[in-house]
Amino acid sequence: MAYTVRRPNLTFWEKLYLPNIVAGLAITFNHLKKMLKGETKVVMQYPEEKWDSHLPEYYRGAPTLVTDEHGRERCVSCQLCEFICPPRAIKITPGSLPSDSKFAKVEKAPEAFDIDMSRCIYCGLCEEVCPEQAIYLRKDYAVTGESRADMVHHKAKLYELGGTMPGLVHKWNPDK
Amino acid sequence: MDILNDIPWMLIAASIAKTLFLIFGVVLPIVSYTVYAERRVSALIQDRLGPNRTGFPISLFGFEKDLQLYLGGLGQPIADAVKFLLKEEFTPAHVNKFYFWLAPVLAMVPALSTLAVLPFGNYLFGQKMVVADVNVGILYVFAIASVGVYGIVLAGWSSNSKYPFLGSIRASSQMISYELSLGLSAVPVLMIIGNLNLSQAIQYQIDNGWLLLPFTDGSLTLREILLWIPVLISFVIFTISMFAETNRLPFDLPESETELVAGYHTEYSAMKFALFFLGEYAAMIAGSSIIVVLFLGGWHIPFLPINTLESSTTPGGIALGFLHITAFFAKVVGILIFFIWVRWTLPRFRFDQLMKLGWLYLFEIALVNIFITAAILALVK
Repeated sequence: MAYTVRRPNLTFWEKLYLPNIVAGLAITFNHLKKMLKGETKVVMQYPEEKWDSHLPEYYRGAPTLVTDEHGRERCVSCQLCEFICPPRAIKITPGSLPSDSKFAKVEKAPEAFDIDMSRCIYCGLCEEVCPEQAIYLRKDYAVTGESRADMVHHKAKLYELGGTMPGLVHKWNPDK
Repeated sequence: MDILNDIPWMLIAASIAKTLFLIFGVVLPIVSYTVYAERRVSALIQDRLGPNRTGFPISLFGFEKDLQLYLGGLGQPIADAVKFLLKEEFTPAHVNKFYFWLAPVLAMVPALSTLAVLPFGNYLFGQKMVVADVNVGILYVFAIASVGVYGIVLAGWSSNSKYPFLGSIRASSQMISYELSLGLSAVPVLMIIGNLNLSQAIQYQIDNGWLLLPFTDGSLTLREILLWIPVLISFVIFTISMFAETNRLPFDLPESETELVAGYHTEYSAMKFALFFLGEYAAMIAGSSIIVVLFLGGWHIPFLPINTLESSTTPGGIALGFLHITAFFAKVVGILIFFIWVRWTLPRFRFDQLMKLGWLYLFEIALVNIFITAAILALVK
């Protein structure tokens, strides 16, 4: 069915078009003037100014590994994060704790834990799936490297970035 | 040997020196910094900052950090040029090679050729600051400037690809439509001046005040006030047509990124693309120079003494000569900034609107304007 588009009835000055061009030029000139005067503040000068202090609590930056308040690795190398990782960025080599450790018979620990940051999509599924709350997405967002090998975060780097996370793991916490 | 003596070596040397100064000393720097201004001004209009921190990449040569002087991004055009020179020159397999290579040249050469007749200054070192002071100046400009469309048409046709083809079709019809009103709107000006020579046009404006600002000679007669009306109409139409002629927004349909990828230069890369880019901006400079010469008094600065051939070799005369050259290019830069300002204000016309504006309005108004001017010239002495 034919549909007639209603056109607005323009006044003479609107049809003339030139006054509207001048009005438009005035608008853009005001924007320019405000920028030159420094009244508009939109852009952040990145390397000098950073938005780190404005990051929200739930910000998903680079995934990291954490230790508990006693310095024990929380990760028990169950490999759930490795299996759920959509871009397959995580690679875990499961290992045992050294036999002289008093927890040697209780749990395991990863021998190697690599996250390929050139693959990571910061989805947070690893954090979500971890039964031990061992992996957390922290606030590092500027991950750079000069080669593909540089972009892989090894276990030491992951613990360095993660730091400690005190408190009970949810599964032992009756309140959760 | 007589033949050798007959050749005016001085004239040739002076012409070459003036050409080199004009192209490499003035126009190419203005072109590259117009691109920079385009990016900065557009950014400021859109509440951004634009390229403001291009430094010297000495870390490429083994230094720890790049050298960051505060230049406000003024190094950007140099970086752009180096990028264009180092990029891969890719020629697609499906193009017509000969015309594909010819087109960027044809886009650049006419734009630079039009500069030959533009008087960009008064006398300096005993030389008139115009490469070729020909009597058909303005006709030469129109003739050469319209050759520029061949570059675009050939680029679109030889690319053998749909978007460039559409772009070049649009370019050719747009150029034909707007060249009419461009030429016709210049006629009243030429009637008032009574000469096609651009140096004479400036001389007239020195004697009688700039055409657009007739009070710059210190007096305002009834005739000048009456002539102001057709001159203003001419100026508006001429400027609008110049926008269309140089494919600037709101008439950038040959390129229109949102519709045609990049229009006629979609298939071009590296220096061939850069030539189109330079040609476009050089055409802008040529266009604004003509606006300056015809309407804004060329190199003339009101209430300031004017060099003669004799005084142009004295220190004061040299300073004045350079001042006049600076004044000319300052006016040109002012018009260029206006071009940029308009570009980032207005949306693009639809193609039928563009044609309607060109054929139904500008053409008729320019035509009637000629008769108004003729009447005023005939009736008011």
